[in-house]
Amino acid sequence: MSEKTNGNSEGLSPIVKVISGMIFPFIMIFSFYVIMHGHLTPGGGFQGGAIGASAIVMLIVAFGARHTEKRAGEEKLSLFESIGGTLFILVAILGFIMAATFMSNFLVGSAIFGEIPPFGSNPGILNTGGILPILNFAVGMKVIGGLSAVVLAMALVSKEDD
Amino acid sequence: MNVDWLLTHSPALLIAIPLLAAFLTPVIDRINKKARDAFVIIVLIIAEIIMIALAWDVFTGSAHIYTMGASNPTATIPSQAAVPIRIVLEVDGMGAFMGLISTTVSLAAGFYSLAFVKKETGQGRYYTLLLLMLVGMLGMEFTGDIFNLFVFLEVLSMASAALIAYRFYYGDAVEGAFKYCVVSSLGALMVLFAIGLLYGQYDLLNMAALAKVIEYTTLDKIALVLLIAAFAMKCGAVPMHMWTPDSYTVAPAPITAMLVAASQASLYALFRICFSLYGLTLDVTTVGIIIIALGLLSMFVGVTMALPQKDIKRLMSYHAVSQTGYMLLGVGVGLYLLGKSDFDTYGMAAMEGGIFHIINHALYKGLLFLTAGAIFYKVKTRNLNEMGGLAHSMKFTTIFFMIGALAIAGIPPFNGFASKLLIYESAYHVSPILSIIAMLVSIITLASFVKVFHSAFMGPPMENAEAGEVPKSMIIGMAILTVGIILFGLFPGWVVSNIVHPAAQALAAQAGYIGSVAGGA
Repeated sequence: MSEKTNGNSEGLSPIVKVISGMIFPFIMIFSFYVIMHGHLTPGGGFQGGAIGASAIVMLIVAFGARHTEKRAGEEKLSLFESIGGTLFILVAILGFIMAATFMSNFLVGSAIFGEIPPFGSNPGILNTGGILPILNFAVGMKVIGGLSAVVLAMALVSKEDD
Repeated sequence: MNVDWLLTHSPALLIAIPLLAAFLTPVIDRINKKARDAFVIIVLIIAEIIMIALAWDVFTGSAHIYTMGASNPTATIPSQAAVPIRIVLEVDGMGAFMGLISTTVSLAAGFYSLAFVKKETGQGRYYTLLLLMLVGMLGMEFTGDIFNLFVFLEVLSMASAALIAYRFYYGDAVEGAFKYCVVSSLGALMVLFAIGLLYGQYDLLNMAALAKVIEYTTLDKIALVLLIAAFAMKCGAVPMHMWTPDSYTVAPAPITAMLVAASQASLYALFRICFSLYGLTLDVTTVGIIIIALGLLSMFVGVTMALPQKDIKRLMSYHAVSQTGYMLLGVGVGLYLLGKSDFDTYGMAAMEGGIFHIINHALYKGLLFLTAGAIFYKVKTRNLNEMGGLAHSMKFTTIFFMIGALAIAGIPPFNGFASKLLIYESAYHVSPILSIIAMLVSIITLASFVKVFHSAFMGPPMENAEAGEVPKSMIIGMAILTVGIILFGLFPGWVVSNIVHPAAQALAAQAGYIGSVAGGA
């Protein structure tokens, strides 16, 4: 790892690079957690996606925009964003086919997120919500892709000005 | 998947198909550029066909109601609740009428863009945003939920702002986009605040359910002021018109045509708020006079600002402000007379005139902006003093420009004449001065377009311009709008009774709007 991080002169000191490389997966897991529990707790697709994007922004700061672009280029991030948007709208359109109307919650009662929670307070049953968790994931993908692509593009442009 | 199924689901499909296409466009763009162009055009054609079918069904039958996510599209009120909770799309005559405008202008802009942006970078994103603009417009026009209206307003504003700045290497494009961005965000915040005021009082977001219980309290009045100011700003009425010339001028020509339709979506929202949400609970005389005053100001200030302009698109942008004034005048007169005994005699005619003018304006102003784009495509300047003699080499563009210019000046047999005549005749009954100003503005409009025609198309051919006509796809785009202008001009009677009258009727009859969603008024 040290060889790779020392390889480029861009970005901050090796200490910052190593530490941000280490905590990157943890931030991503937290992002995933917020998205996953979007239908139960405060947060959701956008908030979790913003956390995920902040992890990529941290890499841009630590390793420099050019180095980050080699691993996760703007094109790739945009594609990721498009896939998120397409997934969202496809799930909504599936409502036509699986149930009566656009955006019908056709997963209620099925095995995937279909459990109907008992009345009253509960600690939060994850396997509920129907299509909502899937839509949250789609929004999360869109936000991670879009937000980090925007920051990356701005970082690259401001580099060119120097 | 038969025709009935398609018609029932068409309000949702019209939003879903362009939205899906918008997200798929960047993916297809990575695979093949030609396939992407074909894909965008096919989607726009499909949207146009579905829209015509839906509009025909609405004009001949009744309003279409679509409840998102319900077990049945017409089940607006869930079994456990007393009021509509889900997002409801309500396509009545007026919504279908506006939808027709949006899809038609988008189709023309789509064809025109194929050649117009061929040499630019980032075309995948251009078409994504173009489709998102269509989604925003259709969403604003179809939705029956006031918060949903705000969401689609934002979708439309963001997509438009990015497209205005598309040719970012021109400094003024970025400036125009920034101005548009600031104005739209301000307008959107005002709308959001007004929605908050209404929601806080009535716990409702559905417009029909709100209209049923609205009381015109002080808070409702504040909300009304915020909504009228925001939407009047977004449709470019004087004195909130400062963004219009800046952003219309610098946007790529097909986007300017789309922006005209987008401004009209805001105009539609303004009318929808006044007629369907507040209706007779508001002080129709005062609000009517305010809208008439906005209309007169826009008409007069717009046209007098247009006269001295040397930039062809800037001149046309000021005319767009001026023509918006006619729509505000026509519908304002209708609002002024709403509930009075004279409404059925000439109030309705005024509304028909104002609403007919919306579609006419979208067609001829869209066409004029496209011809201005064609001129820019060939001579690379928008300055009227630096061009001339284009009629020698650009035959089609010359003919299209003439038709557009005669239509905007209200010369028979083109469509502008029919709608302006309706406005003159009916506004005369309220006050003769309204008609006199309207006619005067029309004459100045003709004068300024004579100037443009003379300096751009007449005279000896230019020496340093590349000769020849613009590419075929641009001609197709302009021809789509020209055919509309000629048909609407030749058969105004048929259009008014079959398309415009149902739209005006839908706006005027608030009980019908409420009844179809929230039960008996």
